[in-house]
Amino acid sequence: MPMSELLVVPALLAYGEAALAYAGELRGPGLAGRLATWGVRLGWLAQTALLVGQATSADGFPWGTWAGALNLFVWLVVGAYLIWGCRPRYRLLGLAVMPVAAFLLALAWAGGGTGLEQGDDSGLVLAIHVGLMLAGFASLTLSAGMAGLYVWQERRLKRHVRRVLRVRVPPLDALDRLAARGVLAGLGLLALGIGAGAARFERGDVDAAMVVTLAILAVYATLLVLRHEGWRGRRAALLNLCGFALVAVVLPLTHFAQ
Amino acid sequence: MTRLILVGVSHHRAPIELRERVALDPERSAALAAHLGQEAVVLSTCNRTELYLARPDDAEELAVATLTDLAGDRAEELGAVLYRLSDEAAALHLFRVAAGLDSLVPGEGEILGQVRGAFEAGSTGPFLDRLFRQALHAGRRVRVETAIGESPASVPAAGAALAQQVFENLSGKRILLLGAGKMSELTARNLVSRGAQIGAVANRTLEHAQVLADSFGARALGLDELREELAIADVVVASTSSSEPILRKADVAAALRSRKGRPLLLVDLAVPRDLDPAINDLESCFLYDVDDLEAVVAETITGRRSEAARAEQLVASEGERFRRWQASLDVVPTIASLRALVEEIRDSELERAGSRLSETERKHVESVTSQIVAKLLHLPTIRMKEAAAAADGVVYADVVRHLFGLGEEERRV
Repeated sequence: MPMSELLVVPALLAYGEAALAYAGELRGPGLAGRLATWGVRLGWLAQTALLVGQATSADGFPWGTWAGALNLFVWLVVGAYLIWGCRPRYRLLGLAVMPVAAFLLALAWAGGGTGLEQGDDSGLVLAIHVGLMLAGFASLTLSAGMAGLYVWQERRLKRHVRRVLRVRVPPLDALDRLAARGVLAGLGLLALGIGAGAARFERGDVDAAMVVTLAILAVYATLLVLRHEGWRGRRAALLNLCGFALVAVVLPLTHFAQ
Repeated sequence: MTRLILVGVSHHRAPIELRERVALDPERSAALAAHLGQEAVVLSTCNRTELYLARPDDAEELAVATLTDLAGDRAEELGAVLYRLSDEAAALHLFRVAAGLDSLVPGEGEILGQVRGAFEAGSTGPFLDRLFRQALHAGRRVRVETAIGESPASVPAAGAALAQQVFENLSGKRILLLGAGKMSELTARNLVSRGAQIGAVANRTLEHAQVLADSFGARALGLDELREELAIADVVVASTSSSEPILRKADVAAALRSRKGRPLLLVDLAVPRDLDPAINDLESCFLYDVDDLEAVVAETITGRRSEAARAEQLVASEGERFRRWQASLDVVPTIASLRALVEEIRDSELERAGSRLSETERKHVESVTSQIVAKLLHLPTIRMKEAAAAADGVVYADVVRHLFGLGEEERRV
């Protein structure tokens, strides 16, 4: 195994460390949270170096396989999380994001998506299509993380949990707003990705994954419309999580069933 | 050698009758510090009055006499409650005070400002300047590196903190006050201090509502005019003396229709309760009564105590840093004498060579010899300060004085 391919190991270790340390942050803000944030930063840097290595050594697009796409997807999710995750109040979002990121990166590694000198020569359009679709799904993933955190914190506030002020969680209003923005960004990226994919589309190419992707678009678009009409807070968060279930469960199932 | 003396009384042992006798407002504290002369700081808060003196002579009796004067006819009670600390222990005590660790509620934030005020009003010199600057640093460090000051320590503060848990920013958020009681006013003031605005004050007696509303620039309402205000309020604070609930679930549910899902925090400080507990079942409504808030406060105070253990470690490290600095003062005169001697030798040698050198050469030789002196003395200076911190400073200082004959000429004179 080339040395640069081994970068997946520190990335995975750092993400794993971050996931564990975020659990420690639940007991109260402090060292665990800072360690977790450094884990995310270092892991992301290691993964960035890995992706650069893959991009420079491959002939074509290096993330065309499901495992390669998963590798790029994890990088996008963690990168987007870093925008908020460094702020102490948003650290707990990492508890929703980092275990998933560590698991998916391990899966990508096991599936051969972190190797060098692989790639397909499907061309630039496919690369743009896949990149945009993955960025869209990454945005929806983060949005779902915020929706999950909203549901959890809203329940704690409703039940008058005594420790409600001891665990630093973003305000409900901020979670609701950022989750909606994540959906908006995700929808935009997905629409652009579909547009890029349409350039290569030929009659008869329709498959289950496309149908599910369109269903995902419809669910999230409905969410935004309903939110505009007053469906905010818990209901919006639950609908967001339903949409994410399509992304996380149904889409991979339809992809592998083909 | 300068000694630090602390003499004071505090809430730990002194009753309020004695504390109020020795308490001083900022102006009188400043005047007393000036009267005590260089270097003196008077720290007087509702929980303590403390005199910090840094003098070469023993200033303890002066400090005790000053407090005895302040206590007046209660002076005989002073002996049993007065504490006297010196040097490292006194510094550590001040660091604990600045960090809020000596306060009634651990981590309370007001004390840091009071320490800063006392420092600025004191008559400080190099010693107390260093001590108080480090105390302020220790206080800030504890607040940044631990969560001791983050959680609310009172019911009104808990209400405000919960509002911040629901809303991202309280700036511009609208408060509806039900009742014109003291508790609702306190909670409202806490919310206003965080950027919220009081939209309306509703009360059974409109005149009472008007008085409070005027003080906040809000409008006064009767209790039968709430529906319209409920539709636009973000936080409702209730504390009327009504024996029946003022707001029922149906009233709030009706208002929710026009709120478009915006959250509503309701804080019920009244006993019997003003707000129907079933309101909490409504979506986007968060209702806290006084028991809920007290439970939150009790939990956060427990949290503050556990954070206090971490804060104590930080304060101890600051105390050690101060001890090392104070110990290094023992060798400062020796270091100064050594440097003066070397400079004197350098100057006289330069003077002797002066006539044989051009102006450019003289400047060059001056620069080179100055660098040689600085480099030669750097390590001995550091080592002497380190030795001082490890309690060997006096021995080292004596050896250096003996080897270089420092002070011998003065003795001969």
